[in-house]
Amino acid sequence: MSEHVDTSRRRFIGGTAGAAAGMSIAPGVFLNQVAQAKPADQPVTSENRWGMLIDTNKCGDGCDACVRGCMEENGWGDINDSEPHSAPEQKAQWIRIVELRDTRTGYAHQLPLMCQHCKHPPCVDVCPTGASMKRADGIVLVDKHICIGCRYCMMACPYKARSFIHEDLQDQLVVAPRGKGTVESCTLCVHRVDRDGADAVPACAEACAAEGHDAFVFGDLNDPNSEISRQLALHGGTEIRADLGLDLGVRYRGI
Amino acid sequence: MKKTIHFREVTNNGTGYWGLIGILGLIVAIGLGATYYMEHHGHYVTGMNNQIVWGIPHVFAVFLIVAASGALNVASIGSVFGKAPYKPLAPLSGLLAVTLLIGGLAILVLDLGRPDRLIVAMTYYNFKSIFAWNIILYNGFIAIVAVYLWMLMDPSKKQYSSTVGFFAFLWRLILTTGTGSIFGFIVARQAYDAAIMAPLFVVMSFSFGLAIYLLVLMAGMKWTGRPLGDALLRRLKNLLGVFVGGVLYFVLAYHLTNLYATEHHGYEHFLLLGGGIYTQLFWIGQILIGSLIPLAMLYHPGLGRSRTAIGWACALVILGGLTQMYTIIIGGQAYPLVLFPGMEVSSSFYDGVVAEYSPALPEFLLGIGGFGIALIAVALAVKVLPFMPQTLEDAVADPHHGGATDAAAGKAA
Repeated sequence: MSEHVDTSRRRFIGGTAGAAAGMSIAPGVFLNQVAQAKPADQPVTSENRWGMLIDTNKCGDGCDACVRGCMEENGWGDINDSEPHSAPEQKAQWIRIVELRDTRTGYAHQLPLMCQHCKHPPCVDVCPTGASMKRADGIVLVDKHICIGCRYCMMACPYKARSFIHEDLQDQLVVAPRGKGTVESCTLCVHRVDRDGADAVPACAEACAAEGHDAFVFGDLNDPNSEISRQLALHGGTEIRADLGLDLGVRYRGI
Repeated sequence: MKKTIHFREVTNNGTGYWGLIGILGLIVAIGLGATYYMEHHGHYVTGMNNQIVWGIPHVFAVFLIVAASGALNVASIGSVFGKAPYKPLAPLSGLLAVTLLIGGLAILVLDLGRPDRLIVAMTYYNFKSIFAWNIILYNGFIAIVAVYLWMLMDPSKKQYSSTVGFFAFLWRLILTTGTGSIFGFIVARQAYDAAIMAPLFVVMSFSFGLAIYLLVLMAGMKWTGRPLGDALLRRLKNLLGVFVGGVLYFVLAYHLTNLYATEHHGYEHFLLLGGGIYTQLFWIGQILIGSLIPLAMLYHPGLGRSRTAIGWACALVILGGLTQMYTIIIGGQAYPLVLFPGMEVSSSFYDGVVAEYSPALPEFLLGIGGFGIALIAVALAVKVLPFMPQTLEDAVADPHHGGATDAAAGKAA
C-alpha cells in the first residue's frame, strides 16, 4: 500500500534547515568585524588561532625577564617559593631559557621554550580522560578537575613543556589554579587572551618588552592582517621539531 | 583405562600456609602504607621528578600487567591449540592472569597524582588515547577470563571453554599490543616511537608470564604435596626457553634497526655503551642474567632436569624482565629529548643532560606490594576454589610423553 507523500512538508523542512544554516554561516562570511574580546558567556571559536613569534636575535644575552614575568603572573617558581619541599628537578617550569651552542662553529644563542600550543598536540592525543585539551582557538590547557596525574602527557610532549606538582600548594593565584598531583604548563596567559582578545599581551611578552628586547609578538595566526601573520609572511619562522608535523602555535626566528 | 584429573581446593591449614598468607599480607600492608605516605606528602618524597615522570612503580606495574597476559598462555595452549597436557594447567593459568593484572593495576592506580579520581578515569574517555583503551582492555580482560574460568571449572559448561578461551586469547594479544603501544605511540622520545614495541611486549609477556606461572605451579604443587611430572615440566621449561629466545630476537631487531638510523645513534650509544647504570642493567641484568644464563640453564642437559635449576632460571627470567622494564621505561626517559639536532643545549630544566633518578624506598615498597597483592590473591583463591589439579603426574597428565617412567618423579622433587 502506498502512502500519500506530503511534499510541501518536505520543502518546508528543507527550507527552514537551509535558512538556519545560512544564519549560522552568514556572520562569519559577511561581517568583517574588528578583532575584539568576546563576552565571557560566549565560547571561543576556531576563527582565531592564537600564537606567538619569538625572534631569538632580539633575545638578550643571559636575560630571563620572560621567565620571571611568567612566574609573577602565574605564581610558580622560586620567586614565589611555591614548591618549597620539591627538589629542583621536581619543581614546575612553565617557561625556561634554553642555551644553544652549535657544536661545529661554536655559535651560541638562547631562546625561551614553553608549551608550543600545537595544532595536533601529542599531550591531548594520549590523555586518557581528556583533561589535556586544546581550545578551539588553539590554546592547549590542562583541565585540573579531571587530570588524574598519570603523567602520560609529560611522556608524550616533545618539548618537555609540562610539569607535575609534587606537593600541596599554598597562596595560588586566581588566574592560574594549580594543584598537587596534577600536571600544568604554559596557558599562553589564557586569562589575558579571554579578557583582551587580539590586544592581549602574555606576561612573558610584556616582560620582554619592558626590558626593551621586544622579542615576542603575540597574535592571531588566522588573521592575515595581524602583526604576527605579517611578520611570518615577511620573514618566515621556524618550528622546533617541525619534522613531527604538529603545526605549532609558537614560531621562532633566528634558530 | 584413561585416568581423569580431579581438581581440589588446597587443604593446607598449618603454619606453612598461614605463614605464607601472613608474609604476603605484610608485604601488601607495607605497600599500602608506602602509598599513603607518598600520596599524603605528594610525589616530592619519591625519586620521580619532571624528567623521570614514571619511576619504579611503573616498572613493577607494567611488568605485572605484561606478565598477566602471558600467564594466560598456558590455558590458551590447551583451549585454543588443543594440546591435551596443558588442559589441567588452565584454571591456575587463568587465575594467575587475573591476579597479576590486579596487582599491576593497583600499583598504577596508587601511583597516580590523584588516585582519588579513579572514578574520573572510568567515566571520562578520550578514545584517541591508548591509555583510555587500555582501561577498557584491562577491565574487559578480567571479565573475560572470569567467564573463561567459569567455563573451565563448571563441568556443565565445559563445551564452551574452547570458544571463550579463543576469545580470551585474542583479547590478551590485543591487550599486550595496547600495553606496548603506550610506548610505541610516543613520537617525542628516541627510545620509543617504534611499532616493534607492541610485538616486543607480546613476546615479553609470553616469557615473563610463563616464568611466574612455572614458579607458582612448582611451589603450589610441592607445598600441597601433589605430584608434578617431569615430562610436563620439561615441556613447560623448554617452552620458556623458546620465549626467552624470542624476546632476545625482538630486542636484537629493535637495536639493529636503531643502529642503522643515524638519528638514533645517540640513544643507542647511551644505552649500549656510555649510559652507566642503564648500560650495566642492559648488558648484565637484561641480557646476561635475565636471558643468556637462564637459557643455558633451561637447555643444559644436566641442569635442565633439575627442578631447583628450573626454578632459579624462572627467577632469573623474572629479574631480567624487571631489568628490561627498567631500561625501557627509566632509560627511555633518562635520555634527553632531541630538540635541536647538532646543537649542545642546556637549561634550568635539565635539557640536554641525562636525567638523574634514584628510586626512593616507598616506590619500591609499592611495587613489591603489587606482587604481594597478586600472590596473596592466588594463595587465597586456591584454598576457596578448586584451581589446582590433585595430580599432574605424567602418567595422567601427559601419557603420550613417555610419562610412565616418570610417574614417581614428582614425589622425588
